Amino acid sequence: MTACASPRLAPLLQVQGVTLQYKTEKHLVTATYRVSFDVYGADRFVLLGPSGCGKSTLLKAVGGYMAPTEGSMHLKGLPIRAPGPDRVFVFQEFDQLLPWKTVKQNVMFALTSSRKMHGKAAEAQAMRYIEKVNLAKFANSYPHTLSGGMKQRVAIARALAMEPDVLLMDEPFAALDALTRRKMQDELLALWDDTRFTVLFVTHSIPEAVLVGNRVLLLSPHPGQVKGELNSDGGDPADLASGRKLSDRIHEMLFADRIEEQEVVRHG
Amino acid sequence: MADPHTSAARLAAVPPLRPEYLCDIVASSDIGVMQKPLTVAQRLVNQAWLRKAFILVMLAAAWEAYARWLDNPLLMPTFTATLEAFQEGIVIGEILQKVTNSVVLLLKGYAVGLALAMLFTALAMMSRIGTDLLETLTSAFNPLPAIALLPLALIWFGLGDLSIIFVLVHSVLWAVALNTHSGFRSVSSTLRMVGRNYGLNGPRFIAKILIPAAFPSILTGLKIGWAFAWRTLIAAELVFGVSSGKGGLGWYIYENKNMLDIPAVFAGLLTVILIGLTVENLIFRNIETATVRRWGMQS
Repeated sequence: MTACASPRLAPLLQVQGVTLQYKTEKHLVTATYRVSFDVYGADRFVLLGPSGCGKSTLLKAVGGYMAPTEGSMHLKGLPIRAPGPDRVFVFQEFDQLLPWKTVKQNVMFALTSSRKMHGKAAEAQAMRYIEKVNLAKFANSYPHTLSGGMKQRVAIARALAMEPDVLLMDEPFAALDALTRRKMQDELLALWDDTRFTVLFVTHSIPEAVLVGNRVLLLSPHPGQVKGELNSDGGDPADLASGRKLSDRIHEMLFADRIEEQEVVRHG
Repeated sequence: MADPHTSAARLAAVPPLRPEYLCDIVASSDIGVMQKPLTVAQRLVNQAWLRKAFILVMLAAAWEAYARWLDNPLLMPTFTATLEAFQEGIVIGEILQKVTNSVVLLLKGYAVGLALAMLFTALAMMSRIGTDLLETLTSAFNPLPAIALLPLALIWFGLGDLSIIFVLVHSVLWAVALNTHSGFRSVSSTLRMVGRNYGLNGPRFIAKILIPAAFPSILTGLKIGWAFAWRTLIAAELVFGVSSGKGGLGWYIYENKNMLDIPAVFAGLLTVILIGLTVENLIFRNIETATVRRWGMQS
């Protein structure tokens, strides 16, 4: 667990005892209960759990879109209060791109709206990251002319161009077909090799967590509580003690107790 | 002989074992462009303006045929007689003068109406009480015909442009505000979060996210507002058009009716129709092509 770790460096993102609740028409729903974890620089930190474990809600809280009812969240030692360009989101939905802007304008929009860069500098930065995701040929295309995978690559380029302290990815590849998803996972790792960003990655897919993450936080459902934190090297290594594969261990931990199949109102 | 469709035979059936094979594919650069040019006729039919012009010509022909058959210029002058009256009105300059009077008044009312609509929707987006205010006012005043306010406007503002502008504002404001507001509310939560993620809030958020994202609805509102304004203006002029001393198209129609110059009445109506067609097909159509269609938000 996080408490036993004694790191050399101070964590980049500290989440301590966070309880998140939101109101629906009739109920007050507790999404997570006293969740704590630390994310360090250049981590590919995965939040993994079945649907209803509050992982997306947790990511929204880190993004500053909702305040915890209990606990605290600090980025670089400063408390998180509101959304800001130091934590950039990549959503699952394809409509996160502004349809009235071209690929290049979408990336530049992020830089200029946040007042990070202007004019030529913003354009150069935008093109640099569009080239990194291999979309230079489509820089002047409108989003509706791109495929789903290409749209997600634009969203990733837009987020990376901001050079945020931490990248927040909310199941970014879940709406893609299996072949495209596989390709995007590899591309994300190649980009990480290149720029060494810090990413907080939400997924419900065990293979994706094992492949993408270097550290995997397991959450239990209803409400989300930390079940453990595991290391991954991307190759699904066998555990030295038990000799079992990482994905099998995760599978066992997540499905150890019967998961109540329960309709959960997703927080919008 | 065994019937392959009996269940026993189906259980025993095994698909034939076929050899695997691999192929070389032709490089896409060697295939070349695979498209066939359309014929001239197909390309002509693809022109929307041409199809619409055809419809207009057919309508004019039907009008001409019916009027000739009826043979009563007091009830229904022919299309050609109307065109002559129209031409005469243009040459004398009477119609052009009336059109200018009407359009200037219309634009004033439209502009004030739009400005107020923007103000109300901005308030509605900023606060809950603003939303309540807009919703209450819209549901109360939108069904109220602008022309019904005319007597009141006459008492308040007297005989003059101000009264007409007042009823024009009333006819534009609620339609535009209603559409803009419902457009703002239907902007996806993902886009809203994206905007806030990059530090947009307040007026910058409205200008950079909400307005472009709601542009299809806003455009619909602008169109409806424009049509409402025209109707209200012509109706108001019919009632007291000469009040401003100049008179507009509505007054032109009314005046010529009194003089039983029916072709001129039709010429006045034709002018209203022509202006409507021009604004829709030149202005609004081009705005649509340059914005919502280009962005793939409307097909």
